[in-house]
Amino acid sequence: MLACLILVMTIPLLIGIGLFLKSSLLFDNYSLANLLFSKIWKPLDGKFGFYPFIISSVWVTLIAILISAPICLLSAIYLTQYAKKYFLKFMHPVIDILAGIPSVVYGVCGVLIIVPFISNIAPAFGKQTSGYSILAGAIVLSIMISPFILNILIEIFKNIPDELKEASLSLGATKWETIKFVLIKKISPGIISSIGLGISRAFGETMAVLMVVGNVAKVPNSAFDPGYPLPALIANNYGEMLSIPMYDSALMFAALVLFGVVLFFNIISRLTITKLEIY
Amino acid sequence: MTKKLEENFFKILMILSTSAILFSLVLIIVTILIKGLPVLSVEMLTKVPQGGYYFGKGGGILNAIVGSLYLSTGATFLAFLIALPVSLFMNIYLIKKKRLLNIIRYLLDLLWGVPSIVYGAFGFTIMIYLGIRTSLLAGIITVTLFIIPIMIRAMDEVFKTVPLGLIEASFSLGSTKSETAFKVFLKQVIPSVVTAVLLSFGRAIGDAASILFTTGYTDHIPTSLLEPTATLPLAVFFQLSSPIPEVQNRAYASALVLIIIILIISILSRIFANRNKLKKLNIKTAINKRFVYYKNIRQNYIQYRKNKR
Repeated sequence: MLACLILVMTIPLLIGIGLFLKSSLLFDNYSLANLLFSKIWKPLDGKFGFYPFIISSVWVTLIAILISAPICLLSAIYLTQYAKKYFLKFMHPVIDILAGIPSVVYGVCGVLIIVPFISNIAPAFGKQTSGYSILAGAIVLSIMISPFILNILIEIFKNIPDELKEASLSLGATKWETIKFVLIKKISPGIISSIGLGISRAFGETMAVLMVVGNVAKVPNSAFDPGYPLPALIANNYGEMLSIPMYDSALMFAALVLFGVVLFFNIISRLTITKLEIY
Repeated sequence: MTKKLEENFFKILMILSTSAILFSLVLIIVTILIKGLPVLSVEMLTKVPQGGYYFGKGGGILNAIVGSLYLSTGATFLAFLIALPVSLFMNIYLIKKKRLLNIIRYLLDLLWGVPSIVYGAFGFTIMIYLGIRTSLLAGIITVTLFIIPIMIRAMDEVFKTVPLGLIEASFSLGSTKSETAFKVFLKQVIPSVVTAVLLSFGRAIGDAASILFTTGYTDHIPTSLLEPTATLPLAVFFQLSSPIPEVQNRAYASALVLIIIILIISILSRIFANRNKLKKLNIKTAINKRFVYYKNIRQNYIQYRKNKR
């Protein structure tokens, strides 16, 4: 049993070391700053600039969070403070099923619904697009991560002690004032950490984004432009570039960056959640 | 009155956002049903791709369905062999070492958060290192790594709720730690172990990014571990990227099959999870009864002393 535990505990270390060793070939030839901030991606000419991919990833993640965080917060408040008990009971399986739907299926729905939708509304903003864009990826992502964020928020809201609410209500505050000034303040570390976990989820999501985001290796100018996030880069190019060691190494570097960013957000948010006083 | 107005405004926003979430689930399922149901046929479910399948000719996706089931069953089984001892170890041997336990849980949660594409890249590295080609085996190894943290944490969450009294009672009767783990502890938590396994199975069958480079794709049903295999998520992905409408339609049908499998698993795990609640209740009532018993003894004793005076 101990051996199994040790084995499991070494997995993150193994992943980190494995990816680092694989990408070390790239480090030998290029500086880190050059890799991260160069804009030119021509692997066949030996130019590896990850900037377009990183920027696309950041755009997609940011927009997805901006859409889903307020929606999740509002519906978590509604479900735990206003709605009847049976409605919350009814929503639990809904959230679970939404969380369980495979990302490929999200991708299919994105292609069927969101991509045409975007290409229809784009002219209203003075843009022409096929619909395969950063915005489409972000919308699909925001639906994908919302059950994840919502689950954490509901759990936190449920654990707020009733005395807190009662004290505020007895001082003459209305229900909404109690929520706005007391509850949200009390659980703000929880809200921040749930958003952080959502970000790390969104940053690493591959298939659904890959299917709707357009995959053009250029720095996007607006949300209607196609993008090329890091996970999509890895997924699209693997297998083809085994012949070129440097290309292989570059993709492993992309995986390493992804691993690092996701770990960072995870660690930060899980540390923040310990600041919550209600646990 | 502005107070009331503000509250009502936000209440409407809240209802809107809750219904947006509900609506998106309905939208996804209805879309897949509308697009997939007309294409779904017995032939699709029972035949492997025939010649010219990817140009719209006859055949089905049996290879992907069977491949996916092989892959997830294998991975879930392997992960179970590792996850069960680990979570038992955590909750029986390490139960007193709270700090260490917290660190372990923290690390497992971090592992859970690692994106599946990273596991995919890592699995690919292992594959090259071991010198195996894209195959069912490589896929199983990758997916196992991917679902181990999920399974351990899911089991651990329930194992945590088992009262310490049960373990102590078992110790006090002279049983060793491993006897306690496998004979006493495990019996109490079997339904939740099943839930954890089903949850991980659902994860394993739905994930595409981790197996993209490791399992390959083929039109045959694999007969050995070293052969490449088709999987449902990749079947959806590849068929959707085809320019031919018939093949695209089949992607929708494959997505429908995938969703149905996930829904069945989700319902099953819900049933088992509910069963566990009953069991938990039993444990709770047993403890309560014990307390009542102690209370009675104590009251009798007080009564006895009073009478004596």
